[in-house]
Amino acid sequence: MKILEINHMKKSFDGLEVIKDISLSVNEGEVLSIIGPSGSGKSTVLRCATMLEKMDSGDLIYLGEYAACNNEAGKSIYASKNELRRFHKHYGLVFQNFNLFPHYSVLKNIIDAPMTVDKVSRKEAEERAMILLKKLGLEDKKNAYPYQLSGGQQQRVSIARALALQPKMLFFDEPTSALDPELTGEVLKVIKELAKENMTMIIVTHEMQFAKELSDRIIFMENGIIQEEGTPEQIFTTDNERIKDFIGKFIG
Amino acid sequence: MNIAFMILELGKGFLTTVEIFALTLIFSLPLGLIISFGRMSKNGILRTLTKFYISIMRGTPLMLQLIVVYYGPFYVFGIQLSRSYRFIAVILAFVLNYAAYFAEIYRSGIESMPKGQYEAAKVLGYTKGQTFFKIILPQVIKRIMPSITNETITLVKDTSLAFVLSIVEMFTTAKQIASSETTIMPLMVAGLFYYIFNLAVAVGMEQIERKLNYYR
Repeated sequence: MKILEINHMKKSFDGLEVIKDISLSVNEGEVLSIIGPSGSGKSTVLRCATMLEKMDSGDLIYLGEYAACNNEAGKSIYASKNELRRFHKHYGLVFQNFNLFPHYSVLKNIIDAPMTVDKVSRKEAEERAMILLKKLGLEDKKNAYPYQLSGGQQQRVSIARALALQPKMLFFDEPTSALDPELTGEVLKVIKELAKENMTMIIVTHEMQFAKELSDRIIFMENGIIQEEGTPEQIFTTDNERIKDFIGKFIG
Repeated sequence: MNIAFMILELGKGFLTTVEIFALTLIFSLPLGLIISFGRMSKNGILRTLTKFYISIMRGTPLMLQLIVVYYGPFYVFGIQLSRSYRFIAVILAFVLNYAAYFAEIYRSGIESMPKGQYEAAKVLGYTKGQTFFKIILPQVIKRIMPSITNETITLVKDTSLAFVLSIVEMFTTAKQIASSETTIMPLMVAGLFYYIFNLAVAVGMEQIERKLNYYR
């Protein structure tokens, strides 16, 4: 089953066309990585897919339901605000710089959204949170505040926060770009665990080795379009000089 | 006149001072937040209106504002108001004036919040109201506490301006005793009262700031 489908997404900022024409989809349990140079529009794809930005044109479909679809003039028409709130339940987003709530403890960061948004009881929300914290090795940090944690720990808490709402899929927007190599490892390990459990994921990353090991499919994006799409083997053994050159810079 | 009697008289005026102070804070803090929403509104007319309001309130003397609020209804509209309006006028003028300052303080705090906090809340499915009251406002309050303390301390001293409408607060009392007894003593004692009051305010605000220091 397709969890997410994007058809002909276009997005401009102040007349600058950042996304020219992107179509992609992910099936249940699939891991899709998006790689490409800075400014290629990777993050914008995630921001449009998670509705932090509205695309100018294109369809956005979750679980077969349209969150936005093109009208005859080729302009995206979004569902009503109330309907869109329902779509938020389908996905979680992990940010590059975590964006934890600094005034909430680790536990509160994780239980607040289920309690506020999904009206889950405190007891159930805390049970869910403790299972997640245990899984991510952060049990002893439940009463800590974000500023007391390392970047890697903060990112793991933000993954737990996203998972607490039991989404169908997760987006990662360069989840390790703000971390040093040592801390990167612990976050990548968590994402690998999720992949093993068949979590559906779209990951924007510069970690080539990680993308190669983990992904079912990889998309190489540049200049607002998908230049190439394929299995890790296809992408890493491509004849496309540009992609070879790009990957070469990271793998060395 | 002995010193004990003088302190007793000043004490009575001091109660009025505290009353003006407390009522002004109670009403101007929430009103300031509402005005700051207008100031940051997407609606251009509302934005311009609040901007103009703040500009007038900050750009003219509070003493003048007190006089306008008290005498305005009579001279402009010919409305006869009872003597009890005097105190209401003082509170009204103080609230309108301080709300303008607080509005700008709120705005500075709200605009300094990183976009990521709004985005994280939005993706988690919080409504705009939930995002503001649960995520944004608590952090804003922490950020603006030092500025709020400043304004609050200024307010303590500004209460003395109520004398222009012959409200018998502490400063009015002190001046009356000073001129009838030809001594500067009551003014000195009043100064001491203001100072001690402000010390208490500063200590109280520091406590609040310390309480909010559980996170960074």
